[in-house]
Parts: sequence; structure tokens; C-alpha cells
Amino acid sequence: MSFVSAQNIFQSYDGRPILERVNLEVDEGEFISIVGASGCGKSTFLRLLLAQEQPSRGAIRIGGAVPAAEPGPDRGVVFQKYSVFPHMSVRENIIAGESFRRPLGRFFGAAKKAARARADATLERIGLGHVADAYPATLSGGMQQRLAIGQALAAKPRILLLDEPFGALDPGTRLAMHDFLTELRAAAPMTVFMVTHDLAEGFKLGDRVLVFDKPRWDPHDPGAYGATITYDFDARDDGIPFQTIKEVANVPDQT
Amino acid sequence: MRFINRRPGLALGVFLAALPFVAVLVAYIIGSQMRLAENPSDKLLPAPATIAQTAERLFTTPDKRSGRILLWHDTAASLIRLALGVGISAVLAVIFGLLIGLQPHMRAAFSGFVSVVSMIPPLAMLPILFIVFGLGETSKVVLIVVGILPFMIRDLSQRVIEIPREMIVKAETLGASSGVIALRVALPQLLPRLIQALRLSLGPAWLFLIAAEAIAADQGLGYRIFLVRRYLAMDVILTYVAWITALAFAMDLMLRWLSRRAFPWSEAAL
Repeated sequence: MSFVSAQNIFQSYDGRPILERVNLEVDEGEFISIVGASGCGKSTFLRLLLAQEQPSRGAIRIGGAVPAAEPGPDRGVVFQKYSVFPHMSVRENIIAGESFRRPLGRFFGAAKKAARARADATLERIGLGHVADAYPATLSGGMQQRLAIGQALAAKPRILLLDEPFGALDPGTRLAMHDFLTELRAAAPMTVFMVTHDLAEGFKLGDRVLVFDKPRWDPHDPGAYGATITYDFDARDDGIPFQTIKEVANVPDQT
Repeated sequence: MRFINRRPGLALGVFLAALPFVAVLVAYIIGSQMRLAENPSDKLLPAPATIAQTAERLFTTPDKRSGRILLWHDTAASLIRLALGVGISAVLAVIFGLLIGLQPHMRAAFSGFVSVVSMIPPLAMLPILFIVFGLGETSKVVLIVVGILPFMIRDLSQRVIEIPREMIVKAETLGASSGVIALRVALPQLLPRLIQALRLSLGPAWLFLIAAEAIAADQGLGYRIFLVRRYLAMDVILTYVAWITALAFAMDLMLRWLSRRAFPWSEAAL
């Protein structure tokens, strides 16, 4: 059985179907990009994966476990906004990734010191070591999202959910964030679901690109049917996983 | 240039800020002089010099009978009542604000109740409080609590509800329990709002304090004002009013300073 499995998911709000017949099997370590038009249910699907909402029908299982009733530490998430805690310094935000599951949400004594050291190491790795004592409001948008990802990963989730994480960033910062995410995945493989509006971003980062759309469409009542996964592209090797376009010259590279 | 886009320079700004104060003062002095010219023993608008003399006497001279400087005793009595009332309200408002804002059952149970209770005019409750709690300190403190607590609960619970859902969900995915979310996510973000709510509530709190003291007390700033009213002692009343204003203003300044000092993150931005 696959790592993440969504079987026959239906979701409707007030009788309006949003998603219908969504089936998905994902292996551990895959990066899934989710694209689609506005209002096609891709964010709804992410909330279902997050267990923030329960599907009207069907079930989502991670590692064969019982479907979760509420968000928990096996799922990490980064939203477009509000993903870090504004009242904590950058370092405290990273520590929170580990300490929030403690009874009082804090470490004490030696554990506190160790957590601090781990957090500082994390901050160095994600390039935020120089602003460890600053508050998130003083950081740029890209740094805030980097912090949010670092914080989510500090909790060691089994899957990472990204809801348009780079949507509010300028193009240059966005490219830097792509590299950042690629490096993180190269260092430690993880299963990622990313909702994005940007097709190129989806194909660049994803191993698979899922397209959500409505297969049935009633022009007199556009809300009559829900969306489902209409395409499931293999996006490895620039979306051309089976053919090699570059000629294999069998000559050592001269450059 | 449009009217709304014109800005005063530094000097003009200071002048404009001082203008209303000066205008009121000048109007008072003119009125006082006109009345005193007609009747030198007029008590309604005493001359500023008279008020200053009275103020000096009130602040420094002990009472003949008790040997105590009454103004300081009144101030202490009033401030203790005010601090108790406001402090109890603040603690309860934070607790109920968190419960109502975070927990749907609590919201279902209390939010309607609190909005109805906040519509009860607190002064209409005053006789009930005197009957139930007697004429002592308790009824005065309870009046302040009854007067400002419903507003503070409504305000703070609304602030908790306004915390972005994303942030709560994020905390859940980090494994936080309800208690940790309340303690580590909601409470710290609520405290700056609490100070705002306190600043807004201080005005009503003073109002209820003075009302309660005016009706039944044996010391306190409100008691003294209403006592000397019988002798038309405007110089004493005006001194007390100015003193109360200064106290209220100082508290407001202190809270503002505390907010900036204790919560740098809420003002930190690029």
C-alpha cells in the first residue's frame, strides 16, 4: 500500500459539491504539485490532507493509519501568510517546532539549552542565523517563508503541505526559495504536497503534477458538479521522464 | 492643494495642540474676573490664584481633626478601589476572552450572555450592589467590575477570534494541545490588546468609581468632591478634578509605555 492514500474523496459545502471521486496514491518521498483554476478545490483538498476538514465521503490515510480527525504533528504545513508566530523571535519560532508538543509548550533546563543549540544549527542551515533574535515582522517575505518551512520541519512531520507558499513573493525571491526547497529535499527526502498557481513552479519542483478540474460542466449551473484530478503528470526530468532528448555523445564534456 | 492634504509644520503643530488648552484657560479667567468684579465673594468661578492657594493647602496641610492630609488619603483609597476593580476585570477578561475565543462550546454558551449583560446600565445595578454587598469597599469594586468587564470580555474574545485560523492550525500541526495554544499562541498575542482594552476602560472605570464614592463612602476622591459640593467649594472641586485628570492621564501614558516596552514584536516592522 502506498504512503498517502486518498480513496473516493467527496467534499461539499452546504450541498454544493467541491470535490468528487478524488483518488490518489502517493509514495513516500514524492513531491506532488497541485495546480488548477481558482475555486477548483485544490486548497480544499489540501485542507483535507491536513485533516483541518473531514471529507463528506471517503478517507485519507497516511502510512495506513486511521484517518486523522484534526491536524497533528504528522502533518507539517506552510501557508502563504500567518505561518510564523509574530510574538516569538526567529529562534523561538524554530524551537516552537519541537516544544509545542510538550505539556506547557516549553523546554526547561538542559532540554532548553539543547533545543536552543539545535535551533541555532537549523537557522544556520536555512540561512537565518544572523537574525535569530529578530521578530518575524522585521524579516522580508522570503525569509519569513523560509522560517515557516524550517519551523514546520523542526517538528519532523511525515508529510509537508505547502499552500501557495511562494505566492506573495517577488520572482527573484521565489527562485531562491525553489533552490532552498530543492536543497532541503536533497538533504532529507520528504513527502511534499504543494498547491500553486504557477504551472512552471509546479513542474519545476514536483515529481508529479496533479491538475484539479471539473470533468462535467453545466453551463446553466456552474456549481453543479465538483472537481477531481483530471491529469496526473509525471514531472520528473522537466516533465519528460521517459525520453532522453539530449544526445548522449559518449564524449567527455569539454567545457 | 486639497484641504485634507495640508499639514501643519512643527511650530504650528505645537501651537495648534496648545490652542484649545489656552482657549479654555483664557475663557475661564475672563469669566472669573467678570464675576469677581461684580461680587468679590463669588464662589462659582474662583480666581486661578485662589485655586492655586487651595491646591497647595490640599496637597500639603493636614486636616485639623484627623491630622492627615486628606487629598493623599482620598487618592490612596480611590486608587486601591480602581486597581482592584480594573485588575480583577483584566484577569477575568483574559480568562473568558480565551475560553470564548478558542472553544466553540464556551462561545456558544457565553457570547450571547455576555452581549446581553453588557447592555445592562451598570449604574442601574448600583442599588442592587449596595443591597447585596453592603456600603463597604466590595460594592465599589464590584461596580467597576460590572461596569467594564462585559465590554472587556467582548473585546478580548473578539481579538482571539481574529487570530488567523492559519496560525492556530500551524500550532496544531506542531503538536500543540488546546492549553498550549491558549498559553503560547493566543495569550501572548492577546496581551497587547488587553492593554488597549484597559486604556479604553479606564475612563468608564473612573466614572463608576466616582459614582459609587459619591453615593456611599467615607473617603475617596469622588466622596470629597460631592462632600464639598454642599459648600459650593469650587476651588476644591476644581483642584480634585484636575488631580483626577492628571492621574488618569498618567495611567494612560504608563499603559502606553508598557505596551511599547513589553511587546516590541507588535510594533516591530520594517
